[in-house]
Amino acid sequence: MSDFTFTIDEIEIPAKEGQTIMEAADAAGVYIPRLCDHEGLRHQGGCRVCTVKAAGRSVSACTQPAEPGLAVENETPHINKLRRDLVEMLFHEGNHLCPICEASGNCELQAMAYRLDMTEPTRFPYLEPCRPVDASHPDIALDTNRCISCGRCIRASQDVDQKGVFGYVGRGIHRHVAANGPDLAHTDAEITDFAISDEVCPVGCIIRKRVGFVTPIGEREFDKGLIGRKISEKRNA
Amino acid sequence: MTAGETAGAPASGYQDQVAQICDSYDNDPHRMLDILRDVQDRFRWIARETMQTVAEKTGLTQIAVEGVASFYAFLSLAPKGRITIRLCDDIVDQFAGLPEVTESFEKALGIGIGETTSDGGFSLEYTPCIGMCDQAPAAMINDVIVTNLTPEKTRALVAALKSGKRPEDLISPDFDDLTPHQRAVTMVENNIRHAGAVLLGPAAPDAGLKNALDLTPSRIIKELEDSGLRGCGGAGFPTGRKWRFAAETEAERRFVICNADEGEPGTFKDRVLLTERPHLLIEGMTIAARAVGAREGLLYLRGEYIYLRDLLEEVLADRRARGLLGDGIMGVDGFDFDIRLQLGAGAYICGEEGALISSCEGLPGEPKTRPPFPVTRGYLGFPTVVNNVETLCHAARILDRGSKWFFDMGTEGSHGTKLFSVSGDCLNPGIYELPYGLSLKELLEMAGGEDAAAVLVGGPSGAMIARDTFDRKLTFDDLATGGAITVFSKDRNVLEIVEYYMSFFVHESCGYCTPCRVGNVLLQKAVAKFREGLANPEDIAYLKDLSGTIIETSRCGLGMTSPNPILSTLENFPLVYSAMAKPSKDRIRDTFDIQSAIDGARKLAKRRSYVFDRDFSQ
Repeated sequence: MSDFTFTIDEIEIPAKEGQTIMEAADAAGVYIPRLCDHEGLRHQGGCRVCTVKAAGRSVSACTQPAEPGLAVENETPHINKLRRDLVEMLFHEGNHLCPICEASGNCELQAMAYRLDMTEPTRFPYLEPCRPVDASHPDIALDTNRCISCGRCIRASQDVDQKGVFGYVGRGIHRHVAANGPDLAHTDAEITDFAISDEVCPVGCIIRKRVGFVTPIGEREFDKGLIGRKISEKRNA
Repeated sequence: MTAGETAGAPASGYQDQVAQICDSYDNDPHRMLDILRDVQDRFRWIARETMQTVAEKTGLTQIAVEGVASFYAFLSLAPKGRITIRLCDDIVDQFAGLPEVTESFEKALGIGIGETTSDGGFSLEYTPCIGMCDQAPAAMINDVIVTNLTPEKTRALVAALKSGKRPEDLISPDFDDLTPHQRAVTMVENNIRHAGAVLLGPAAPDAGLKNALDLTPSRIIKELEDSGLRGCGGAGFPTGRKWRFAAETEAERRFVICNADEGEPGTFKDRVLLTERPHLLIEGMTIAARAVGAREGLLYLRGEYIYLRDLLEEVLADRRARGLLGDGIMGVDGFDFDIRLQLGAGAYICGEEGALISSCEGLPGEPKTRPPFPVTRGYLGFPTVVNNVETLCHAARILDRGSKWFFDMGTEGSHGTKLFSVSGDCLNPGIYELPYGLSLKELLEMAGGEDAAAVLVGGPSGAMIARDTFDRKLTFDDLATGGAITVFSKDRNVLEIVEYYMSFFVHESCGYCTPCRVGNVLLQKAVAKFREGLANPEDIAYLKDLSGTIIETSRCGLGMTSPNPILSTLENFPLVYSAMAKPSKDRIRDTFDIQSAIDGARKLAKRRSYVFDRDFSQ
């Protein structure tokens, strides 16, 4: 039972008291693009890809509470342009080389770029950071060149695994995800951790050793269709 | 000798000292900033091993401790000298002779910016605005402030320090015998140029608090609502409404926090209030506590103002001794309120109220998700009123003289007086307390800055105004400002100013959200292209477009205003940009610089290019 309704792009959405715009939208089968948010994890509101206009103000749908009668704009050309800018920024902040990346086809950043029609060369300069690869752990490697600082692994490790293997360090453009120790081998990270599972890292930063390319290119998650289709299919069903 | 004397790793026995520090804060993770400040003071850096001890004592992970230690500019993950010299690199300081002063320091110490002498004696670094623009160039030497620096003065300072004098001895040979107030005013001039009726004129001590105790909390708030007082930190939210929200939220505990993290470049009004009106400020906090039902308060003092710590601690102790703080204030049974001083550690973002609360909680200074707003869920999850120093001082005066007295000053929508911090190219930099509604031109005439070519109103988050609009009014509805008025003469390069401020925002972005973290770097690079003469006319549209995305998608006020230096100069000084942009010819982009493009290859190959280094054969 819903407590009230509001609209997203004029579609009526039922919602419960305390639900965010995105939670209600997900339940109703309306997809709002996102990268740092993941079902089952605390909302962060950091990537800003879920920016929507609610009552004329831009807010992050993953953190903004739904309100009765609220009129939300989601898939407008203007908002999609803002989202494309944000996704481009993430591409330019790190070193994302899709053709050689094991995550290609399963990567949410890549899939979001396709969904948002990022089909031309971008206007931004590449920041080309020098970031380390940490392959110290017997079962897990970290290629932080591909990290988009979404922090999903941090929240998954803290809140689901009750471990705290990852955390943010630094400030501004130097803020990044780091392991709780000199390297990953000196943490209590295990291959069975939820934080390490293939659904948590949206890109190719957390790599499970010895399973690379088990699913061939062409048969991967987003080779089958756009990101977000599973949520939209709920509504069509 | 402290353990930190040996660079590389802390000496044996460090664990006990670190454990002692943690114990002195009850091993409370919410006091992490205090703990790490003390560790930094004791060892002059925060080593991985010490973080491990702090983590064990406070029950956090080491990465959580490192997250805090790596966030604040005054905490260091590498060993620092016994004396750290932090030169304020604000653009006002740069125009006042900072390059010569820097060179003089570098020569006298034999190190460059960002370095530490090999004997571990001195570190030299740059830091953004330390709130001394009216006496620039200025610097912090450990906890001491030195101002009006010149190369000669610099050489004398370094010679004295090298001869074994303490930074304090540079201020006065009798430093230890001075009162905290004498110390503060010997280091830093107040430069009060115009005292107004509310804040800097004469006032009866604690008259507002006495009146407040005769009123119900709701009636106190009504007085503030009727006075028209709006927040003086820059955003201008009605103070009475803020207090009412906090008072009306059901909760077991409530907090009053004073935001003395005055970090907007060019602002130094709170410095003067903290020095000359500290009792009025604490009176205002006490009234706020009475109004919203808070028993606990925090005074968040920016790390740059550590030289005011003793002064403020003395005021708090004095008021406790006189029954103006503590249990049963002024004999009123059940009116209990006390204040803890919380020092920051070099982070502009902590002036944002959510980030300030995070910092008070011992976290990195990251803004909080809104909603919930601090008035319903703030410090430790309890309703919290966060007000600027000036706002709280105003509140005390309103309770003394009544809402009508205050309301009748200023203009419609902007009532009372405002402190303006005037600095830069003018004859009389300093503090001006004036009723709202004056024109910028009138203020410039008072300050001897009428020849200005450009004035930045409200710091880099505000707007850069050109001569043809100097008749605009200083009110919330026209030129809203937290009070910074930075004056630039016709000899200053507008693009140099803009590029500096963009680098400031890049340095001060917390990094939580994509647009502010990445977008500001992209903006800074784009402005640099203009300065280097590598921009195309299309880059003007690019600057506007990128600025729009950052403003619309950022999570807090920093990113929502950081493109303002660019947007306001594009609007008011468009020729500065178009003069530097060259159209591309024959599809060859002038923006591409082959020399810098092949520079990496030169270094890798350890030789120069046959084609592009024309002197190669010679």
